Amino acid sequence: MARIGVFVCHCGENISSTVDCAKVAEIASNYPGVVYSIDYKYMCSDPGQNLIKEAIQKHKLTGVVVAACSPRMHEPTFRKATAEAGLNPFLCEMANLREHCSWVHFREDSTTEKAAELVRVLVEKVKHNEELFPIKVPITKTALVIGGGIGGIQAALDIANSGHKVIMVEKNPSIGGKMAQLSETFPTLDCSQCILTPRMVEVAQHPNITLYTYAEIESVDGFIGNFKVTIRQKAKSVDHKACTGCGLCIEKCPIKKIPDEFNAGLGNRAAIYVPFPQAVPNKPVIDRNNCTYFLKGKCGLCKKVCPADAIHYEQEDELIKVDVGAIVAATGFDIKHSDFFPEYGYGKYADVIDGLQFERLASASGPTLGVLKRPSDGKEPESIVFIACAGSRDPAKGIPYCSKICCMYTAKHAMLFKHKNHHGKATVFYMDIRAGGKMYDEFVRRAIEEDDVNYIRGRVSRIYEKNGKLIVCGVDTLLNSRPVEIEADMVVLATAAIANSDSEELAQKLHISYDPYHFFSEAHPKLRPVETNTAGIMLAGACQAPKDIPDTVSQASGTAAKVVALFSQDELTREPLIAYVNNNTCVGCFLCQSVCPYLAIEKEEIRRRDGTLVKTVAKINPGLCQGCGTCVALCRSKSIDIHGYTNRQIYAEVSALFNRREYAGV
Amino acid sequence: METKSKIEPLAQPLKEKILNEINELVMKCYQCGKCAAGCPLSGEMDYTPNQILRLLQIGDPLCDDEVLRSMGIWLCLTCDTCHSRCPQEVDFPHIMDFLRSESIKRRKVHPKAKEIIAFHRSFLESIEKTGRLHEVGLIASYKLKTFNLLQDVDLAPKMFVKGKLEIFPHRIKGKEAIARIFEKAMKEAEND
Amino acid sequence: MTKIGYFPGCSLNGTAKEYDLSLQAIARIADIELVELDDWNCCGATAAHSLNSTLAVALPARNLAIAEKMGLDEILVPCAACFSRLAQARYEIKSDEKYRTKIPQLIEMEIKGTANPITVLDFLNKYALDKIKDKLYNKLNAKFACYYGCLLTRPEHLSTIERREDPLVMEKIIYLSGGMPIDWAFKVECCGAGLSVVRTDIVGKLCAKILDDAQSRGADAIIVACPMCHSNLDMRRNEINKNLSTDNEIPVVYITQIIGLALGIDPKKLGFDKHFVPTDKFLHKLQKQTVEV
Repeated sequence: MARIGVFVCHCGENISSTVDCAKVAEIASNYPGVVYSIDYKYMCSDPGQNLIKEAIQKHKLTGVVVAACSPRMHEPTFRKATAEAGLNPFLCEMANLREHCSWVHFREDSTTEKAAELVRVLVEKVKHNEELFPIKVPITKTALVIGGGIGGIQAALDIANSGHKVIMVEKNPSIGGKMAQLSETFPTLDCSQCILTPRMVEVAQHPNITLYTYAEIESVDGFIGNFKVTIRQKAKSVDHKACTGCGLCIEKCPIKKIPDEFNAGLGNRAAIYVPFPQAVPNKPVIDRNNCTYFLKGKCGLCKKVCPADAIHYEQEDELIKVDVGAIVAATGFDIKHSDFFPEYGYGKYADVIDGLQFERLASASGPTLGVLKRPSDGKEPESIVFIACAGSRDPAKGIPYCSKICCMYTAKHAMLFKHKNHHGKATVFYMDIRAGGKMYDEFVRRAIEEDDVNYIRGRVSRIYEKNGKLIVCGVDTLLNSRPVEIEADMVVLATAAIANSDSEELAQKLHISYDPYHFFSEAHPKLRPVETNTAGIMLAGACQAPKDIPDTVSQASGTAAKVVALFSQDELTREPLIAYVNNNTCVGCFLCQSVCPYLAIEKEEIRRRDGTLVKTVAKINPGLCQGCGTCVALCRSKSIDIHGYTNRQIYAEVSALFNRREYAGV
Repeated sequence: METKSKIEPLAQPLKEKILNEINELVMKCYQCGKCAAGCPLSGEMDYTPNQILRLLQIGDPLCDDEVLRSMGIWLCLTCDTCHSRCPQEVDFPHIMDFLRSESIKRRKVHPKAKEIIAFHRSFLESIEKTGRLHEVGLIASYKLKTFNLLQDVDLAPKMFVKGKLEIFPHRIKGKEAIARIFEKAMKEAEND
Repeated sequence: MTKIGYFPGCSLNGTAKEYDLSLQAIARIADIELVELDDWNCCGATAAHSLNSTLAVALPARNLAIAEKMGLDEILVPCAACFSRLAQARYEIKSDEKYRTKIPQLIEMEIKGTANPITVLDFLNKYALDKIKDKLYNKLNAKFACYYGCLLTRPEHLSTIERREDPLVMEKIIYLSGGMPIDWAFKVECCGAGLSVVRTDIVGKLCAKILDDAQSRGADAIIVACPMCHSNLDMRRNEINKNLSTDNEIPVVYITQIIGLALGIDPKKLGFDKHFVPTDKFLHKLQKQTVEV
C-alpha cells in the first residue's frame, strides 16, 4: 500500500502569490495514498529538506511528491534528500507549480485548483515508480581534439598537462589555425605568431599528445567514455619520418602559382608546400589537385631532388581507428569573402579585401613582408576605408548575428595602418562599436584619440572604382545623415564570421546539434557553455560562435577542465532513465534501431544452453541511450519502456486528469 | 450589437497604421544609414529615409506630423535603391507611397511639393479622360495648375517636329470603364 | 511564327517612337508577331502609386485582364516603368487576397494573373536573339555603356536580372551584336525618372553623374532599355550639361536600335533622327569602321 508524502513549496512568493499553497497541501492530503501533506516557504532550504527527510522516516513514506519549481532546478536536491532519508531517490517526483502554474496564471481559485491537479497527477505517477540504480560505464582516458587552432591547442595542452593522453586531428598540413595568420593581436598589439608558435611546438613535442595533421574525422561511434573514432590520414605523399624538412623539393617544384591559402589568396605557393615558415610539422605535403605528377603522370622533380628519398607518390589515404573517452570539437570558423557583397563590387575590385587579407598584408611573414601594398598594383595606400559589419547584422544577407570580433580587429587594422603610415588617412564606417572586454574600449579610444582614425557612423551603400581610386559612398548619421564620399586606395571589409563549410557534416558525424548558421550548439547558453547535448563531446572556440582569442582560450581551458573531470573517475555514473527491452515480447523487427537518433540500439541473440539461436532481439546500450523515447513510441509489440517514464506511469498521470474535481474542494 | 466605445485615441501613431495597413514594421530600422547613403536624393531631402523612419519609430504625434509635412517624401523617386540594399529589409518605397497619400489625406503637404502633386494630378486627369497619357494635355493642365507657363517651352516645338507630340488625344474605347475605375478608387481612398 | 502580347504604353506612342520602330523592326526579322493589347490603357505610372494605391493596381490590372481575355500568356512591356507597374499589379493580385477580390470589381473584368509581363531584355534573350544572331553581320566597333537604371533591376521581387548591382545581360547582347561593352559605375543609378518635368534641376544633377562617368570611361553611346531613362538622358541634355564642365554629346540609344544597326537596318528606319542629342557623329563613326572591317 502506497504511503505518499506531499511537500508544497511557496518558493518565497513565486508560487504563493498566485497559488494558495496551504490549500493545495490540504487538498492533497485527501488524495488516496497520501499520508502526509505540508506546505513550506522554501522547500529547497535546509529546514525544508529536513521536513522531507523527517517525514520519510516518521511516516514510512514509499513515495515523495515535491510541488515546487521546475525539476531542472531542484530535482537533484530533493532526490538527494530523499536518498539521505533512506528512500530510493527515484521514488521522489516533482510537480512544477512555478513555471507551469503560478508564473503563467493570475491569482484566482482555478490557479490553486490547477496546482492541486498537478500534484495529484504526480501522486498517481509516483505510486508506480520503481527503485532505480545509477548506471556505471567505464571510461577510456584519452581525449580527441578536432582542430589545431588556438582553441584546440589550448584544450590539448591543458588535458595533456593533467596527465591524460590526447589525440589531435588537424585537416590542414599545419596546426596554428587562424591565429597563425594574424599579424598583431588586440588589445595589446603583440605579435600573434610570437605568442602562438611556442604553443604549437609544445603540442608537437608533448609526450601525451599524438598529432595527426592533414587528417580528418571519418566516423564517430560509441558514447561518452567509449568513443570509437576513425581518422582519415590524407596522403601527404611525403614520408615525414624520413623527411628532413630541407625544402629542396619546394624550391624545385615547377608549379609555383597556386593561390596560397595561408596568405588568404594574396600570395602563391608551390604544389609541394609547407604552409608557412613556422609550420608544425615543418615538413611538406603534395597538393595532388595541382601537382603535375598526379594530374599528368609526369614531372617527378621533387622525388628526384629529395636527398632523403622521402617523396612517396604511391602513398594512400590511411584509416586510423582510435578509442577515446571524450571529444573536443575546436574546428574554428571561416569568413565571408568580398565576392559576397554585390554593392561592394561582387569581388571584382582587387583592392576591396577582407580582414584576413589585411592581416596577411600587415604581417611580417606575409606576401609583402609587412609593407602595406595594395593587391591591384602594389601601390602603398594613402587612404584606407575600413567597413565594419560587412555581412554581419544583415538579415537580408542571411547573417543576422554580430560577428563579435570585427569591432576590435577593425580598430586594430586602422591603428596598424596609421603606425605604418603616419600621414595616411584611415576611415572606419561602423554602426555600433562593441568593445566589451578588458582594455577593449580603451583600445578603440586609442585608435580614435591617439592615431586619429576617423570613425563615421553609417553603413556604406556602395563602392565603385574611378581612376584607380575606390569611391566609398556612405553617410554620416551623426551629422544629419549627410552624404559622405571617400576616395580610398584600399577598402577592408570586416566580413562576417561564419561556420566552416563542412561543420554541418562534422556535427552529423559527432551527433551534436548545430544552430541555423551551422555553429555547434552548446548544451545550455549560460550554464553549460562548453558541453554539447551529446555527453562526452565538448566545444572550444569559434566553432560554437564567433569568438576572439581570449574567449577561445578561456573556453578551451573550461572544456579541458570538463574533460579532466570526466577522466578523474574510473567509471561513469549516469542516471538510469533509459530505455529497456522486454526480451519475452520483442519480435526483433528493429524498427526501433532505425529511428534511434543516438544509435543506442544493438542486436542481441538469445540462445539456448546448447547454443542454438532462439531469436534476435533489440538491446539498449545503456551508455548511449539518452532516454528520448522515440523507440517506445515506435515499438509495435510494446516491448520497450523507459525507466522513470514507463507507459504505466504516464497512463496513471493521464487517467488521473480524467477524474479531475473529485478531490478538488476549491 | 457593437458596444465598443466609438471614441478612439486621439492619434494612432503612424507606425501602427503602417503596420496594420501595409504590413511594414518601421521598428526594424536600426539606423545604419545605408538607405541615405545610397539614395540619389538624400542630399536634397529635409529628412533622409533613415531620419523619416526614426521620426516614425518615436511614435509621437509631433514627429508623425513632421514626417507628413516633410518635403523628402515627395522627392522620393521610388528607385528602390534603399530597399534593395537595406540589411533589415525595410520596404521604404512602400512606406513612402503610404506617407504621401496620408499627407494628402490629412492636408499636410509641404508647400514646395504642391507642384509635384499638381503634376501627378494632371497626369491622372489625362488618363481619367482618355485612358492614356496625352502629353500636350498633361503639360497644359499642369501649367494651368501651377502657372509655370514658360517651363519647357523650348522642348515642345522640337518634340513636335520629331513626331513625338500628338496635338489631339487618342481616346480609348474603354474610357468610360477607366472613368469608373477612377471613381471607385477615389471613393475608396476617401472612405479610408 | 511566335506570337506574343505587346503593351507599348504611352511613351512608345509618343516620346519613344524610335523604341517602338526599332523593336518592331527586330520582331519582323525574328519572325515574331507582337499582338498589341486591344484598347489598352495607361499603367498609371508614378502618379498613380504616389497618390492612390488602389488605382496603382487597378489601372495596370485592366491591361493584364485584357491580355488574359486575348489568351496571351506573356506580354512584352518595353517600357521599364510600365513593366514595373504591370508586374507589381500581377504580384499584388497573386499574393494579396484583398486585391484579388477588389480588383475585378473595379475593372469590371475577370483577372487571374496568368498573363506574365516581360521586359525587352527577357524578350530578346528568350525569343529574338536566337533567331537573329546569324543575321547580326554589322560589326559595331564602338564602346557602349549599358545603362539599366532602376526599374529593370529593382525591386528584387519583380526583377528577372541576375547580379542586380552589376548586371551584365545588356552587355552580353551588345557583345553578341559586335559592340564593345565597357565596365562603368553608374549602370544601376537612378536618372530622376518621374521628376523630369517638375524638378528638372534634380534630373539634371543625377543624369550628369551618369553621363560624366560614361564619358570619362570612353563610351561612344549609352544604351538604354527604358523610355524614361532615355527622355531624361536625351531630351534633358541642356539641363544636364549645365551641371558639367564640358558639353556631353554622347548619344543615348535604345538597345533595340543597336541591334537594328547590327542587323544592317537603315538608321532612319530605327528612328535615329528622332533623338534630341544628335546621333550623326556616332553613326558616322560606326559606318566608317564598318567599311574598315
